[in-house]
Amino acid sequence: MNSLEVRGLRKRYGGEEVVCGVDLEVAPGECFGLLGPNGAGKTTTLRLCLGLADPDAGAIRLLGHEVPAHAREARAQVGVVPQFDNLDPDFSVAENLLVYGRYFGLGDRAVAPRIPQLLEFAGLGGRAAAKIQTLSGGMKRRLTLARALVNDPRMLFMDEPTTGLDPQARHLIWERLRRLMQEGRTLVLTTHFMEEAERLCNRVAIMDRGRIIAQGTPRELIARHIEAQVVEVHGPDVEGWMAQAKPLAQRTELAGETVFCYADSVEPLIGSLRSRPELLYMHRPANLEDLFLKLTGRDLRD
Amino acid sequence: MTRFFALPSFSLRFIAVWRRHFLVWRKLAIPSILGNLADPLIVLFGLGYGLGAALGEVEGTSYFGFLAGGFMASTTMYAATFESLFSAYSRMHVQKTWEAIVNAPMTLEDVLAGEWAWAASKALAAGICILAIVAAAGHASFPSALAAVPVVVLVGLAFAALGLAVNALASGYDFFSYYMTLLLTPMMMLSGVFFPVERLPEAVQAVARALPLYHGVELVRPLLAGALPAHAFLHLVVLAAYALAGFYLATVLTRRRLLT
Repeated sequence: MNSLEVRGLRKRYGGEEVVCGVDLEVAPGECFGLLGPNGAGKTTTLRLCLGLADPDAGAIRLLGHEVPAHAREARAQVGVVPQFDNLDPDFSVAENLLVYGRYFGLGDRAVAPRIPQLLEFAGLGGRAAAKIQTLSGGMKRRLTLARALVNDPRMLFMDEPTTGLDPQARHLIWERLRRLMQEGRTLVLTTHFMEEAERLCNRVAIMDRGRIIAQGTPRELIARHIEAQVVEVHGPDVEGWMAQAKPLAQRTELAGETVFCYADSVEPLIGSLRSRPELLYMHRPANLEDLFLKLTGRDLRD
Repeated sequence: MTRFFALPSFSLRFIAVWRRHFLVWRKLAIPSILGNLADPLIVLFGLGYGLGAALGEVEGTSYFGFLAGGFMASTTMYAATFESLFSAYSRMHVQKTWEAIVNAPMTLEDVLAGEWAWAASKALAAGICILAIVAAAGHASFPSALAAVPVVVLVGLAFAALGLAVNALASGYDFFSYYMTLLLTPMMMLSGVFFPVERLPEAVQAVARALPLYHGVELVRPLLAGALPAHAFLHLVVLAAYALAGFYLATVLTRRRLLT
């Protein structure tokens, strides 16, 4: 049985439908990434899956429980890392965990012995008595992750777990999430960092304007939708070069001052660039971000 | 839509929310209790003795004795109101504490019931502090004055419920000024806290009798003085009705705000 099954999910706010017929399946032990630009409906989809808002249509089964009717039973086995930290500023690090455990019906005697372990996991060993205000952004994020584990959940929902973190803090979170996967827990995360999704997720779904527009493993999606190599070129009269280089790539695209060339074989492109030494270029394999931009466009979404 | 208007379903899970608030309060308990004591001390002694010296007796008792009952009721009204407006708004909107709680297996009703019970507890604490001062000044008659304590809890529940309903509509802290200035301040003037309601014109008296604070004052004042309140059952029913209807309204409005 799947950990999460979503069929025909719809949600309307005011006049606008923000989730328009979403189908999802997440298998046990999988790390599933929901990708999409801002306003794509990712957070709303998570809230619906957790029973925090009522869908207008569709069916949700979370860990075998029907949601929202039995959301309480489902959430008892789930941990949630919200998009914005909502740690309790009036409490110390340890009190945050202890009090959160009570919301799961866990007694202090059950939670207290686990606190050192949870803090160790979060890289906050020895900080049990620290005040929340004294923690850095990365530490708060890790404490939020530790708090989500207080009930030893089978499954975790994380809404942009590394947004706003520096590379060190982000890598530490990734490392911890891998450890959680090794322990057999199911992970669902939203992100707009394609790199994050490529590193962590077994499977991703790309969401735009309330719809899932592509779904599969990151490699599969890249292979299916996009050429293998990318050359990014910029410099004086790059447009002139573009006209001449167009037949050498399967797809070329001008975004601002930069030309993106997508091709399975890039030697002809690189060759043509040798005669234009004033142009700067970068050659790299295609990634999920290229796919993402191809499918959702380059327009800003605010 | 139907779930919006459903009656709130009760679960003992709300105790976890109450305990959270209690743990925060414990860290600030001493200043909080001092505030609960200092405020009534200043007003009761200032108005009770100062103004009382000029007024003489009111309704056959010293003005201090008259004011004590009204002030106990109105102070618990404010204690419950502040908690359910400013403090609840901080937890709901600013700190997102409610959001954190409902990510656990807790419902919005659990959160609201916890806030409700907690605001009534703050009213209870304020009421006990005033009772101690009134008793020390020799204006409380025991054991009947002890019966004013559960009344104060009921007053707290009524105003906490109304406060939570207002909280669900708030766009910011400033929003609460409307409620405080336009509703609570006139209510305090009309409900017989500072002077007997009978001094008001007939039509205004009719308005006063519809207000929850009036019924609280009508219960607390005789109990402090050692008498059984007239129409006690009616007053209790009105307060309970405000509490229950107010909590239902708060539940519906909060669902509309947060569950969509």
